Amino acid sequence: MPSLFQQIQAGRIWDFHGGIHPPSRKTQTSQKPIDSYSLPARLYIPQRQHIGVAGRVLVKVGDHVLKGQALTAADNAMAVPVHAPTSGTIVDICLHPSAHPSALPEPVFVLEPDGLEQWRPRHALDMLHADKAQILQRIQQAGIAGMGGAGFPSHIKAGAAAAVDYLIINAVECEPYITADDVLMQHHSDTIVQGIEILSQLLQPKAVLIGIEDDKPAAIKAMQQAVAGKNHWFVRALPVKYPSGGEKQLIQRLTNKEVPSGRRPIDIGIVVQNVGTAFAIAQAVLEDIPLISRVVTVVGQSLSRPQNMYALLGTPVHELLSACGFEPQPSQRLIMGGPMMGFTLPDARIPVVKTTNCIIAPTHEELPVAGPELDCIRCGACTEACPVNLLPQQLLWYSKAKDHTQLQAHNLQDCIECGACAYVCPSEIPLVHYYRVAKADIRETQREALKAEQAKARFEARKERLEREKQERAERNKQLAAQRQQQLADQQKQQIAEAQARTQAATTELTHAEIVAERERKKAEARAYQAAKLAAEQDIIQSAEPTLSADDRAEQDPRKAAIAAALARAKAKKAQASGEAESTSVEAATVAAAPALGNTVEPQSSSSDDAKKAAVAAAIARAKAKKAQASGEAESTSVEAATVAAAPALGNTVEPHSSSSDDAKKAAVAAAIARAKAKKAQASGEAESTSVEAATVTAAPALGNTVEPQSSSSDDAKKAAVAAAIARAKAKKAQASGEAESTSVEAATVAAAPALGNTVEPQSCSSDDAKKAAVAAAIARAKAKKAQSASNSEAATDPTQADSEPPLADSDAVLPPVPQDEPQVVAQPEPVAANPSAEDAKKAAIAAAIARAKAKKAAQNPQEPS
Amino acid sequence: MITALWALGALALVFGAILGYAAIRFKVEADPLVDQIDDILPQTQCGQCGYPGCRPYAEAIAGGDIITKCPPGGEATIKKLADLMGVSLDSLDQTQNKQEKRVAYIREEDCIGCTKCIQACPVDAIVGASKQMHTILSNECTGCDLCVEPCPVNCIEMRPVQTTAERWKWDLQSIPVHVVEVK
Repeated sequence: MPSLFQQIQAGRIWDFHGGIHPPSRKTQTSQKPIDSYSLPARLYIPQRQHIGVAGRVLVKVGDHVLKGQALTAADNAMAVPVHAPTSGTIVDICLHPSAHPSALPEPVFVLEPDGLEQWRPRHALDMLHADKAQILQRIQQAGIAGMGGAGFPSHIKAGAAAAVDYLIINAVECEPYITADDVLMQHHSDTIVQGIEILSQLLQPKAVLIGIEDDKPAAIKAMQQAVAGKNHWFVRALPVKYPSGGEKQLIQRLTNKEVPSGRRPIDIGIVVQNVGTAFAIAQAVLEDIPLISRVVTVVGQSLSRPQNMYALLGTPVHELLSACGFEPQPSQRLIMGGPMMGFTLPDARIPVVKTTNCIIAPTHEELPVAGPELDCIRCGACTEACPVNLLPQQLLWYSKAKDHTQLQAHNLQDCIECGACAYVCPSEIPLVHYYRVAKADIRETQREALKAEQAKARFEARKERLEREKQERAERNKQLAAQRQQQLADQQKQQIAEAQARTQAATTELTHAEIVAERERKKAEARAYQAAKLAAEQDIIQSAEPTLSADDRAEQDPRKAAIAAALARAKAKKAQASGEAESTSVEAATVAAAPALGNTVEPQSSSSDDAKKAAVAAAIARAKAKKAQASGEAESTSVEAATVAAAPALGNTVEPHSSSSDDAKKAAVAAAIARAKAKKAQASGEAESTSVEAATVTAAPALGNTVEPQSSSSDDAKKAAVAAAIARAKAKKAQASGEAESTSVEAATVAAAPALGNTVEPQSCSSDDAKKAAVAAAIARAKAKKAQSASNSEAATDPTQADSEPPLADSDAVLPPVPQDEPQVVAQPEPVAANPSAEDAKKAAIAAAIARAKAKKAAQNPQEPS
Repeated sequence: MITALWALGALALVFGAILGYAAIRFKVEADPLVDQIDDILPQTQCGQCGYPGCRPYAEAIAGGDIITKCPPGGEATIKKLADLMGVSLDSLDQTQNKQEKRVAYIREEDCIGCTKCIQACPVDAIVGASKQMHTILSNECTGCDLCVEPCPVNCIEMRPVQTTAERWKWDLQSIPVHVVEVK
């Protein structure tokens, strides 16, 4: 058996399943020459006339264009440009009904011809030296798209990389009426052959097969003459059968090969080009005439002169029709394309495009409108007519039921919409329309599914992105927090270092001269007090002044304050101790015990890490308290001096642990100073009429100072300022009370105040320890009670208070400070408020409130008896 | 007799063991129901069903919720869901018809660039930046309406999707005769 190629060479042709033989009606136009017509008034050139994407618009409204000038640029492979069919002006770029069954408006260039037919410069391609890419580019730039009907860009087909066995030139033109290719072959067979040569040069096929139906004898003859002498070029006359012009059907007829479902001819080594395309390629390559016109069959019995026309692309259909003597009938139909596969035009303004091969203006008798659709009688004629072996009847049911799954299972996508089934249907069912609707539905569903897929992906991506951003934010916040903490720690460290530097500076700067100066100042103070007392006992303001100035001085020198603080605490204790020692011994004991207690708490809180030291300090404190008690009992002035000396010692022993535990030397220096001061105070006390007074006076600044080291140790400047204010207030009060009377009650109340202050303040220092704070609060309460009871008992039993006058004077003295007392009362919770740990703020506040209440009571109690 | 029992028992054990092993070894990972439902849903993420997105609704359907809560999916989705879930279509309220497909459109001259719609868009189909005009990628828009509400200047409207020649559906009613007036 001969091979396929041998069979083809031998001139064998095959057949495909089904097919129909509708009346051809080609003789109306096939014998007539191709006519041309006068330039239309306006051309409507759609921006896209092929399958693919539109090119980039190159012209704007008002531009003058030359014949053959590109109006769009082909930027990508699937784009081909459109060209100006004649010279003229672009008067508009707008929407115009499209040459599509839908006639949906599409963007068009509106060209007003100037009638000059001015060509742009043309350059024919030198075929001897041009390479494949140059030719392909020329084909693309000429805007050539398949002219058989589909409009597939020709350069893609012609540039196929795969090996090509057969190049098939489709000149079948199987649809009735259409003779465009027929007359083209009759008149331009040489140009067509040139085009085919270019295509063969590009594709290098084994053979070229030109398929022509045998009802075009003139065309067959012309082509046979034109290809004479060409090796492996075969003109094949095919017996008429619709739809032989279908790409796959033609392949089957000429080569007996079937293109698999869903594949393209190139996959089996075959390229099919329309004869019109070959003509256009030849013109483009050899003459540089882009695709600006084509042959269109204008036919139908409504026309007096049906004929083929060289139609410029963009010519409105009605211009062509009127050139052919169109006499419209009532409810005239216009068909673009053939009667089998074309579509009715809803508008006669629709322009001719690259794929328009025929315009039919039939009369009603010629192409009667399809009658009403009847029910399917299951005759099976459609199945016999189907050229692709489908089951049209089944497809109809499934189309009606919109059963897409079944439609796809029955290969609806392989339907070429030839209309053979509808043609043979005795029930006049427009089967193809059903299939088209179903196909569009399936496409839409697939598009939706694809879109849903994309939407899902985008949604997921967004969710992921939001999650990631959230995490990143959290991460950043964490980092920032860590940074802030680090900064805070650094700041604290720096502040501690600064504080240490300050204390160091203070101690080093405390020269002998300063000590002397301080001593002098104290002496002056004492003298001032004495003078004030001697001058007028009632004049409180006068006497207050020096202290104020002293306070000012203390303010001026903040560094001294630190040292003074150390002294202060000791002195306060001494004052307490000495003050009570003079009064009843029992009272002295209790009151002395109070500071002792306060002291035991203090080291614990401020240097909580050193429990042992604290315990030692406590022991010392207890011992000292006992000693103070004992000295109180002794009641001699010399013993008192000893106690006075002991008290500061007590303060000093505690302090190294609490405030400047790291610097033993400094503490020792401070202690020495303190002792010296104490001695001085003692001396001055002895010199003065009442020693207690001096003690209380010294206690005043001391009181203020007790607050200060604590405040300076804390990093809050505000707190320090507030504390200073408290200190001043306290100092004033202490001064006032001390000046007013030398009674023990006074001393007791004054002593109670620092006790309170001391007990509350440690809370602020040991802020992080809630338990300790609670204990301290409890102690504070206890102390306040004790102080109260002490003052009460004093008021009731104290023999020194037997005279009612002093208390009265005392109350007078106390009264003025009451407004000054208020800052104290307000200030007392301050350290608590400054308490950094917020969680035991409540506890501290309660303790403060209790303390305040107790303090008030203590202040009022001595007044009450009066 | 005893021998026969033993033999049968041994055989039962052997085959049981083989079957048990095969059940584990060759287990077919069936597409979980939720995934199947999620594939049917239109993925507009519009939340009109009352769930925050299509997947949560798919989970809800798998958990027994009714299948007619998806307006964007329309009849086709309900039908597919009914098939999948084995629910009779007759028993369902089929009043919900598929609406015309719409996409959001920002009137750009009114946009103040607040980015609120961008935050609302479930598929990131809105492009814009703070104090810059926004616009909608109409190809990515699912028509969920979620951006309309947050707009403080009401510059977003839902417009029907433009029919193009590619998307055009042959209309059986429109194909027959057209009267063409020719001058």
